[in-house]
Amino acid sequence: MLLINCPYCGVAAEETELHAGGEAHLKRFGPDSSDDDFTGYLFHRENPKGVHFERWRHVNGCGKWFHAARCTNTLEVFGTYSAQTTEPPKDLLDTLRAKRPGFKWRNIA
Amino acid sequence: MSDVALALGGASFDGLVNIEELAGQGMVTLRGDLSDTTIISAVKDVFGVTLPGTRETAFDGAQGALWMSPDEALLLCPYEEALQRADELSAKLHGSHALVVNVSDARAVFRLKGVMLREVIAKLAPVDMSPDAFTPGMVRRTRMAQVAAAFWMDDANTARIVCFRSVAAYMFGILSVSADDASAVNHFTR
Repeated sequence: MLLINCPYCGVAAEETELHAGGEAHLKRFGPDSSDDDFTGYLFHRENPKGVHFERWRHVNGCGKWFHAARCTNTLEVFGTYSAQTTEPPKDLLDTLRAKRPGFKWRNIA
Repeated sequence: MSDVALALGGASFDGLVNIEELAGQGMVTLRGDLSDTTIISAVKDVFGVTLPGTRETAFDGAQGALWMSPDEALLLCPYEEALQRADELSAKLHGSHALVVNVSDARAVFRLKGVMLREVIAKLAPVDMSPDAFTPGMVRRTRMAQVAAAFWMDDANTARIVCFRSVAAYMFGILSVSADDASAVNHFTR
């Protein structure tokens, strides 16, 4: 069972109160993009054993979307942050670098 | 004017706690920036309370406000006044980026009375109901069994639960089962 802190209402929400929203920080490639970019945007996803960045929605709560950094192996939740950003906040990355030296996720390391 | 028909006709149940479907609860939903001074003063004018902080409630007699999300509040007042107050608030917020709707008939409200209410709620919602973690003055939006709900405590022995009217019968059913006399766990009253 996961307990994830919702950054908007501040509760430690239990997994059944949330809904997973897939991988975080995807960059959309629209109509005029190349086939390769569009394929990557639509289909290619990270599937790491270790640090992962995800989108979650506090669906049975405040209803807000947010981001979470989580370990897919140990289910440790490193932290959550606002949905209105294109990259993880620096303090969270520092935590991750300290806890999981050498982790790599897409272009984040 | 036509009579107000409650979802369950004011059903009630006596068990570990007394459960009653409440009549006469007016509810107005407000969406907008809750830190905006125009919105704060308009709510104060029409509903008589200052908008509460995160997961808090504010009450002044029968009128009050519940924090629902960073940009949503549920304003409470007597049922007969809800429509007029919603119109009044709407008029005051003309030009602001805000939305005001009377949702009194879209929701059902239950009142739980009794010392065992923490246990009755804890069986249904993934919420820490210990007296240290959840106290009167707080509101929690969550799920109860399979449906969305919000609840708050008016005092140590009284709680009110709001859910969608369409799931009122389900809510009354699960609350009644959870409050069955033979199902006491006595976790919080030991």
